[in-house]
Amino acid sequence: MSQQSIKVGDSPAVQYLLRLADSCLVLSQRLGEWCGHGPILEEDLALTNMALDLIGQARGLLTRVCELDGQGHDEDQLAFLRDERQYLNPVLMELPNGPARPGDFAFTVLRNFAVSSWLLLMWERLQSSSDAEVAAIAAKAVKEASYQQQHSADWVVRLGDGSDESKARMNAALSQLWPYFNELFVDDAVDAAAVASGLGPAWSELKPAWAAAIDEILSEAVLPQPKPSAFVSNGRCGVHSEHMGHMLAEMQYLQRAYPGGAW
Amino acid sequence: MRQPTQLSNACGRLEAAWEVLRQIPDPEVPVISLVELGIVRDLKETAGGFDVVLTPTYSGCPATELIQNDVRAALAAFGEIAITLQRSPAWTTDWISEEGRAKLKAYGIAPPGPAQPEQGKPIRLVRRVSPIQLACPRCGSEDTEKLSAFGSTACKALHRCLACLEPFEHFKPI
Repeated sequence: MSQQSIKVGDSPAVQYLLRLADSCLVLSQRLGEWCGHGPILEEDLALTNMALDLIGQARGLLTRVCELDGQGHDEDQLAFLRDERQYLNPVLMELPNGPARPGDFAFTVLRNFAVSSWLLLMWERLQSSSDAEVAAIAAKAVKEASYQQQHSADWVVRLGDGSDESKARMNAALSQLWPYFNELFVDDAVDAAAVASGLGPAWSELKPAWAAAIDEILSEAVLPQPKPSAFVSNGRCGVHSEHMGHMLAEMQYLQRAYPGGAW
Repeated sequence: MRQPTQLSNACGRLEAAWEVLRQIPDPEVPVISLVELGIVRDLKETAGGFDVVLTPTYSGCPATELIQNDVRAALAAFGEIAITLQRSPAWTTDWISEEGRAKLKAYGIAPPGPAQPEQGKPIRLVRRVSPIQLACPRCGSEDTEKLSAFGSTACKALHRCLACLEPFEHFKPI
């Protein structure tokens, strides 16, 4: 017997927090794929420790979403029993680490740098959220995001300003990722409601500071910025890439096949 | 009105419960107790027992559930034990007691320096030899280098002493 899927309500606060919670959860799942496969032991530890931070942040937010949603679900049900269209992370988070498992390290560190820079700004702002629980989660997460940003920025520079091979790999990763950054700074009614209630910033508000961090590190890494892209993905509204369903199939398999299974 | 003897019994009960908490080792760094680590924020007497207020160290610390179970088990004799997880204010390594720091050092883990506020901190590119010279907990030399930004648990990084050549862990200041 397989488990029925669940849906969350469409209140703007629930949607706003889910976008962030799912960003943390989905990137955590991708980083977890590196477990035991890191290019060196230190980075295997780093990627899985970052995954752990992200899953902790996702748990806090998902629990808060469950309270606001009021349907009596818990964090595990939200993670394991929602279908693809109910996931609200930007597509950037779900892109595979590379063409083959476990993935491309250049792509992984560049995405980690872009996302941790974005999360750091988001958590900084959410520390003054009108929702006390969200503010408390943010106050903890801001320290973790800062450490992750430091670490991934260091790698972007090492690889970008490194050997011919590492530079070529970073340039390729940059052109693959570049179009997906746009989605991090698009607003809609969900953002407007969050601004009005004081829950959090409109995503577009984070763009100037994020772009400044990217500029700084890419120029330090001697990596030229690709041309602006007009493509805007729409994962935050539940429209995902072809990779998302496969990722969820793996992530949700156990709970779907063995409902309520625990260890 | 409470009689003085009852009052002192009540105080004794609270103090006894604190004493039990002071004996519970952190599951990942067992050389220090939960109280020395600074994660027991409060202990309140309730009608049937105690309410223990705990704060998590890291968002994703896998020991959080284990710690709650340890606290419940250790205080079981005191009646009904409720646990309140309190995120705010966020835990900082500044809450590790002086005694806790001394125990960490004796155990071979370099204790954290003062936590720096994260807000508005510029990205600094990390050099292999750490900018803040960290003293080796074994020989005391400050000639050390960072080997790995992440370590065996979320709260530690791995370093090496270039004088005595021993690797050691550093409890990261947050």
